[in-house]
Amino acid sequence: MDLHALTIHDAHELLKNKKISAKELVSSVIDRIETVDPVVDAYITITKEIALAQAEIADKTISSGKMKKLTGIPIAIKDLICTKGVPTTCASKILENFTPPYDATVMEKLNAAGAVMVGKVNMDEFAMGSSTENSGIKITKNPWEQSRVPGGSSGGSAAAVAADMCLGALGSDTGGSIRQPASHCGVVGVKPTYGRVSRFGLVAFASSLDQIGPLTKDVRDAAILLNAISGYDAKDSTSVDTDTPDYHALLSDDVKGLKIGIPKEYHTTKGVSADVLSAVQNAMAVFKNAGAKLVDISLPHAQYAIAAYYLIAPAEASSNLARYDGVKYGLRDSGPGGLIDMYKNTRSIGFGPEVQRRILLGTYALSAGYYDAYYKKASQIRTLIKRDFMRAFDACDLILAPVAPTPAFKIGENIDDPLNMYLTDIFTLSANLAGIPGLSVPCGFSESGLPIGLQLMGTYFDEQRILNAAYFFEQATDFHHKKPRLKIL
Amino acid sequence: MEFEPVIGLEVHAQLKTNTKIFCSCSTKFGADPNTHVCPVCLGMPGVLPVLNKTVVEYAMRMALATDCTIAHQSRFARKNYFYPDLPKGYQISQYELPIAEHGHVNITMEDGTKKRIGITRIHMEEDAGKLIHDPTRPVSRVDFNRTGTPLIEIVSEPDIRSPEEAGAYLRQVRSILRYLGISDGNMEEGSFRCDANVSIRPRGTEPFGTRAELKNLNSFKYVESAIAYEIKRQKMVIGDGGDVVQETRLWDSAGNRSISMRGKEEAHDYRYFPDPDLVPLVIDDEWIESVRKRLPELPEARKARFLDEYALPEYDADILTSAKELADYFEDCAKEVENPKIVSNWVMGTLLGLLNAEGKSIEESPVSPAQLAELLILIETSVISGKIAKTVFDEMVKSGKAAKAIVEEKGLVQVTDESAIEAVVDQVIDANPAEVEKFKAGNAKLMGFFVGQVMRETKGKANPQIVNKLLKKKLG
Ligand SMILES: [Zn+2]
Repeated sequence: MDLHALTIHDAHELLKNKKISAKELVSSVIDRIETVDPVVDAYITITKEIALAQAEIADKTISSGKMKKLTGIPIAIKDLICTKGVPTTCASKILENFTPPYDATVMEKLNAAGAVMVGKVNMDEFAMGSSTENSGIKITKNPWEQSRVPGGSSGGSAAAVAADMCLGALGSDTGGSIRQPASHCGVVGVKPTYGRVSRFGLVAFASSLDQIGPLTKDVRDAAILLNAISGYDAKDSTSVDTDTPDYHALLSDDVKGLKIGIPKEYHTTKGVSADVLSAVQNAMAVFKNAGAKLVDISLPHAQYAIAAYYLIAPAEASSNLARYDGVKYGLRDSGPGGLIDMYKNTRSIGFGPEVQRRILLGTYALSAGYYDAYYKKASQIRTLIKRDFMRAFDACDLILAPVAPTPAFKIGENIDDPLNMYLTDIFTLSANLAGIPGLSVPCGFSESGLPIGLQLMGTYFDEQRILNAAYFFEQATDFHHKKPRLKIL
Repeated sequence: MEFEPVIGLEVHAQLKTNTKIFCSCSTKFGADPNTHVCPVCLGMPGVLPVLNKTVVEYAMRMALATDCTIAHQSRFARKNYFYPDLPKGYQISQYELPIAEHGHVNITMEDGTKKRIGITRIHMEEDAGKLIHDPTRPVSRVDFNRTGTPLIEIVSEPDIRSPEEAGAYLRQVRSILRYLGISDGNMEEGSFRCDANVSIRPRGTEPFGTRAELKNLNSFKYVESAIAYEIKRQKMVIGDGGDVVQETRLWDSAGNRSISMRGKEEAHDYRYFPDPDLVPLVIDDEWIESVRKRLPELPEARKARFLDEYALPEYDADILTSAKELADYFEDCAKEVENPKIVSNWVMGTLLGLLNAEGKSIEESPVSPAQLAELLILIETSVISGKIAKTVFDEMVKSGKAAKAIVEEKGLVQVTDESAIEAVVDQVIDANPAEVEKFKAGNAKLMGFFVGQVMRETKGKANPQIVNKLLKKKLG
């Protein structure tokens, strides 16, 4: 049995029934990483020793009968989630030598749930990108076809899950950064409602949009992992003090009478590939055949989402990234010159081109004389987009849409065309601007065999409903059973 | 042409909360560098601010004490600029929606004229750290202990018209802060800072002139001298046919002048925007009322009460209520003593004289209110004379002993026995026949001589009223 290929819930049963030990499970995953990662390049840091030590503790916990949902489960962590004593680089040269003295709240929660951290995974630098090509450390390959990107920014998380180099992973989603790589790598990815999961210890890209979420092999696992990380946190003023349902226990595949909104704007968007369109249409039929009702809805301001997003996110980023100045931690250029030279050189050397581009964009959008025309206007559009969704959810229970306009593109294909790269987020950005939950679940393959994801979006704190619909879809189809065939050297 | 100065002040007051505004680090002053720090106030990656409720309460106290309107919803904003003492690269402050607006402070000038100075706004923000420059090498170090210490900024309307009014306003603001117990208000230590915006305009005209912002005003004296200097400077510029330019000027106290720091073109663009890490601050009426109920008596109200309850002259009431600690001292002492005016005289005269000479504050007084009261009761009950009391007071300061003990020990009890005093009076008259002649011939001034002689003989212990009475009788 290939233990690394297990889902979280299957591994849990085997651990519980003492069919396998956590040590065997974790060792299998570490072996898998050591065999496969030289090809995929998903990991920045492999925490083998920590993982084996945690596995040992997990085995003791299991034998003492105090097992929890994630006891002994190997999880990969996106490298912008702070891990105490383990480097957290944000895939940036500027933080390459940074080791946080604290854990993110989600890490405290995973530790409390008994999870095992196998390593920190690659991403676009500071989560800015849609392909993981903007990593300052390495380029991650799509396990389905290694000449292609895994998507981004949580590309390392998605690739690690798809290539069985972990049982589940945490990513973060600011404009689609969990859902789009999940779609490109054929795994499940959930962006929770803004405020559902604590952002404490998540290195900020755009604070009003960022949200941590799970990437897993199936929907049940996503429910389990989401349960483990959700909940109010006094250390995050934007986390919301509301009860977290037991997503896993409440999982149901009944969609009869479910009203599924189909936004007309999304289905007339240009540049959507035929593969994606037919996979999404097929998914609509699957729901309809099970008794769900498809409802036409309109999101009239969706067309402004990209423009608004690429003002708000860089504006916040320009301020969030000001702390990387060479004074306190991380990279410092100690060449000749004064303070201003240190700032300039440190930041010019430490930040990659996309990060620098967004800092410039955001600085401009906030500047005196431009604030009203750019940042403020974008904030107003954001309010209108929120209202669009609220109105839509009066008429439907959830919204169905593509995740990305095309399957995974080729490495290098969009790298010189940032605007085209930004357009790949067209279906995912709106959920971040509105703060609503969304997920990606596998819904087919392109002609050349690349995975395609289906996006389901729900209203605020209604993760359960989209998880249930995705769970139904997964039961009704078998896309999630197909695994990439890796060419291992 | 006659010009009129237009002055507005921006005051930054450090709040005396135990912990910082967005983390739980201590705000204690004087610790070793970088010992009161944590990932949050160091601006490490991924950390988030959590607002300290006490800071909000303190800001609300000041808002209510200055009759401001408290916003039911206010927001924190980021003020973005690079400086090594600012770990996040931005300062969390309030910008578009401050916690309070539209208040005022009443001031009384030395000549008794009263004036109302408007408060534009009060907002909360975090303090920055401190740079320590190595004097021997081109190296600077940074101490983040102060980073995140809560501040309120109090912005006045441009209602101030002279350096003296600016001084009076600042003193009153500081007095209110201290009465509220929310700030030390110490300018020299930096817990109370002031920037001044100064412009001039032809008297009787409405539009404001171009203003200069004055910084580095580290004492009340500097504030007044810098403003006076700036008014003179701007008059000269205009007098010479020039234009005042908008700029920031630094006060050079050693040179008694200001130097241009930066012009309008070099002014920072702080790129303010709402801080997405903090939710809007919601304050309901119930909270406002609960803070209002707990407000202590403020300087103006206390002064009114001093006039009424102790029947003090306005001058005395003004001085005694100018600082809460002084007013407390007076009241602690006055509750033991029959006549409040004698307390007022002693506190304002002898005691403050001593403290000023020694550079001490009222809290550091070597004589407690109860000890002073004991001394004053001895005067009121004619145990000692006022003159002897001064000697006793000096001894109290020197030895720390109680007034009664000193009086007994040194045998300073006043002699009020008429027959005993009469004997001395007779002795003095007999011993000075020439002076008696002259006095009788009309030299009334010699009365003092006779009193002095009697006092000398009695070592100052004779009751002066009785001495006077007997001398008048005997010398006819
Ligand atoms: Zn701190």
